[in-house]
Amino acid sequence: MADQMYFEDVKEGQELAPIKISPDKSQLVKFAAGSGDFNPLHFDEKFPMLKAMGLSDNIVHGRFKYAQVGRLVFAFAGYKGRVKKFGVNYRGMDMPNKEITVGGVVTAKRQEGGENLVDLDVWAQDVDGKKTTPGTATVALPSKG
Amino acid sequence: MTTAESVISDEMRAAIGVEHAAGVMEIENTNCRMFARSVGHTDAIFYDEAAAKARGYRGIVAPPGFLGTPIFKPGSGAGAPGETGGRGFAVPYKRILNGGTDYEYFPDAPDGDVICAGDTITARTKIAGFEEASGSLGPMLITRRETTYTNQHGKVVAKMYGTLIQY
Repeated sequence: MADQMYFEDVKEGQELAPIKISPDKSQLVKFAAGSGDFNPLHFDEKFPMLKAMGLSDNIVHGRFKYAQVGRLVFAFAGYKGRVKKFGVNYRGMDMPNKEITVGGVVTAKRQEGGENLVDLDVWAQDVDGKKTTPGTATVALPSKG
Repeated sequence: MTTAESVISDEMRAAIGVEHAAGVMEIENTNCRMFARSVGHTDAIFYDEAAAKARGYRGIVAPPGFLGTPIFKPGSGAGAPGETGGRGFAVPYKRILNGGTDYEYFPDAPDGDVICAGDTITARTKIAGFEEASGSLGPMLITRRETTYTNQHGKVVAKMYGTLIQY
């Protein structure tokens, strides 16, 4: 993990180091097992619902993208920081073997209840730049005091 | 949307705010590692107890978005808490999409305890509300669920707000 970020170091508009991933089918199978989400939508190409949705391949778990956003904000908070909240909406589908970029930007800094809070816009976006999974997060950061 | 076409029944309305039977989630070394691996985490605190303790944690850290594995009992039909947790209702829509996931954590500020392997968490899900909408997918029912996660010491450690779309 990168060096610890302190509240004083953070500026509005600051971008988080993005994560780039191209999950293949085996990654989705691992995630099915790791998360306990065994919906065949994510690993069985012949699952009838895919055809009904006009798709010929499985789709990436929304929760997989959510977990990547979690990875992003956890790395930003560091060991001395704490993730307070992170949430996303699943607006669009992502397909296996296509690059997904997970990013974030600082939207606000505030002190509340003795905590140094940083609000973020976060997202997963596809190769065309479409934010398929937008959301927000709040982390508490340590202060240099 | 018109009232005449609503799929929200009186039974559904009566279920809003009613807590479903609690489920127990175990958080252990192996399931934390398994989840971390399936996400692609590379930080040793999600895999190695000594590495986690060296960073000041009680044990292997539950990766973000992981609140344990529900205890599975064959034939019980019990699912995981969260977006689909708790009670379901028969509606005339065949397709289901996860609309959104939002976790709120309650660590002791500023760098206090977090959920670690060894914790046992009780998850209680309730339906927070129903909404109907019409979009590119046609008419849809949006169900918002709220799950409260309480640890073995009786402390609420997380809340989850989930959105399920049926259309």
